[in-house]
Amino acid sequence: MASRPQAVLDALRIRIRAIEAGTHPPHGVLPFGLRELDARLPQGGLALGALHEIAGGGDGAVDGAAAALFAAGIVARRPGSVLWCVTRPDLFAPALDRVGLDPDRVIYVEAGDEKTVLACFEEGLRHGGLGAVVGEVGRLPMIASRRLQLAAEATGTIGIAVRRWRRAGEASGFGQPTAAATRWRISALPSAPLPVPGIGQARWFVEMIRCRAAGSAEFIVEACDEAGRLALPADLADRSAASPDGRYRASA
Amino acid sequence: MGATAPPPEAPLILIGRDGRRRIVRAANAAARQLGLHPGLAASQAHALVPGLIAHEADAVADDAALDRLALWALRHYSPVVAADAPDGLVIDASGAAHLKGGEAAMLTDMVARLAVAGIGAQAAMAGSYGAAHALARYRARPTFVVANGATAAAITDLPVAALRLAPDLVAGLTRLGFDRIGELEAQSRAPLALRFGPEPGRRLDQAFGRGFEPITPVLAPELVRAGRSFPEPIGAAETIARQIGLLVIELCAQLEARGLGARRLDLLCHRVDGRIEAVRIGTAKPVRDVKHLTRLLGDRVETIAPGFGIERITLSAPLAEPLEYRPAATSLGEAATPDVAGLIDTLANRVGAGRLYRLGPVESDVPERSVRKLAPLAEPTRGGWPSCWPRPTRLLSRPEPIETLALLPDHAPAQFIWRGIRRRVVRADGPERIYGEWGRCDAEIRAVRDYFQVEDEAGARFWLFRAGDGEDTATGSQRWFLHGIFG
Repeated sequence: MASRPQAVLDALRIRIRAIEAGTHPPHGVLPFGLRELDARLPQGGLALGALHEIAGGGDGAVDGAAAALFAAGIVARRPGSVLWCVTRPDLFAPALDRVGLDPDRVIYVEAGDEKTVLACFEEGLRHGGLGAVVGEVGRLPMIASRRLQLAAEATGTIGIAVRRWRRAGEASGFGQPTAAATRWRISALPSAPLPVPGIGQARWFVEMIRCRAAGSAEFIVEACDEAGRLALPADLADRSAASPDGRYRASA
Repeated sequence: MGATAPPPEAPLILIGRDGRRRIVRAANAAARQLGLHPGLAASQAHALVPGLIAHEADAVADDAALDRLALWALRHYSPVVAADAPDGLVIDASGAAHLKGGEAAMLTDMVARLAVAGIGAQAAMAGSYGAAHALARYRARPTFVVANGATAAAITDLPVAALRLAPDLVAGLTRLGFDRIGELEAQSRAPLALRFGPEPGRRLDQAFGRGFEPITPVLAPELVRAGRSFPEPIGAAETIARQIGLLVIELCAQLEARGLGARRLDLLCHRVDGRIEAVRIGTAKPVRDVKHLTRLLGDRVETIAPGFGIERITLSAPLAEPLEYRPAATSLGEAATPDVAGLIDTLANRVGAGRLYRLGPVESDVPERSVRKLAPLAEPTRGGWPSCWPRPTRLLSRPEPIETLALLPDHAPAQFIWRGIRRRVVRADGPERIYGEWGRCDAEIRAVRDYFQVEDEAGARFWLFRAGDGEDTATGSQRWFLHGIFG
């Protein structure tokens, strides 16, 4: 009898999803391949055909380094070309290559201002032939984000807004509501301890601040590997013994 | 003249006729240094410089060559180009400079390309034909761009000779003490016109942008072109867009008949007042898709100022390349990769072609040189960067100096101050030694950078380097810099 309400809820969810999707067919999801994260997301992954927001915590609000790498890890696992719209051209391509984002797949647009970034972002989402579109913006007003969300829904392209501000004080704009499906904050944590002096695998404090149709959650993860996958730190995952290299990694 | 041309350091003059006299028409730099100048009698020039190389001036061939140069500029830079005899080109760059990444970049590119072809050129951009003409000849070293609205200030200091007046008028004005354009401009017009006729006033108006001067653009005879004239001038944006749509259909039919695809399209709107509003768009690949081209042109309709109305619109493809039919993807297994060329055109026409790029690897250990820009549709590079060393997500365009506390020669800093914030280093990795590229310049023969990856208490990771090996000052200043931020 315990499964009965679950079945009813599932049926209800499917009906709601059908209503929400409107005329567009469902686009599916992109799982992180990490059970702890995917379990907290509706349908077990980041929705394709939707806008997602990623910001950096602390200093990351200005440099956006961890947020950009997190976004690169996501888009690296999508097939096809990626459009990356920026105002400040300071991304270092070898680092993106390192998380599995082949430089041949990324087309950069260097827009003069954030308005142009948003216009190019939307144009990329509307095209439909791209694997993903990333835009680095500071201000993301409700209307602009809704346009992006609608463009993404229409074509099924995943859109990622990397929020990045000129000054740390402006980062309070991250509290304003937007139409994005999920909202993340990535902060750097001290790296994995090594038995010898040196810097281990980078670790992030990943906060899922908002997610449509799900609650918020936070995780401590190891930064993207060469295929763009996240991992749970061995000393935090309770099943470290299962993996010979000391890290738990799900197959994506 | 090719290989038979005399060396540039030999004095060379061209001789033409002025009535019954044979005079110097043009002199190269070497001849000018020896005191020869246009207008000198030919016999006098021969007497002054023994061994002078003299050729007959061929005005017809000069004009033909200038027209060829104008056609070249038409293909590369702007839809409205005309020869400005005897020694210049006039280019209306409005609506076209964005494709070259802005006005200054366009001029620099133009001068550089001409230099490769052996033509020493000077270029200036200003609000009016007259001002640009004067500045290109008297101010450009080798390029000069006047800010919007600053044209008047830029030309007041130029000599009167910059006004495109006949030599005897210039001589007469100089005799009266008018040396600068500003002095002439300050005079009241009536006495000036009484003495010198209407010409100085007209040229002043043209230089200051008060008088309008139409440019009749050159037309390449082999261009693919479509045009329409309207019995009633049109002005509404929707009407213009509709007419553009009809022209595109016509142009694409012509392109198809010739098996061509457009790489560049020029839309010229001839207004009733004689001005030409020009729009130029570029594409990354040859295109003759009506919908795509209409979209690209339609994006820019708002930049056309119809004024009192447009009486004629022409659409031409100054740059067209063969475009053959290709079968759609034939393999059963894999889906065709989606074509993003259309999107790239749309974005390139919005932000400029130079601001849309892919990044590819360069075999260089110096981080800022290890990346180069590629055209968005360039062939895949296949193979990225070596992955054995840490590389930051964000690379500062210029390494920022930091204050550090570090043990020499091979320890990472114990703490450092960057942008006014002190950070204590908890963990560090390094050094990764990078040597200067001795083949590039002498200063780099012994240069060394030691890179360290450091992590502070909060977990923020930075990429620092020390200029020099920590011992020998010949290898660098031994100062510390922050070069990147890890994600």
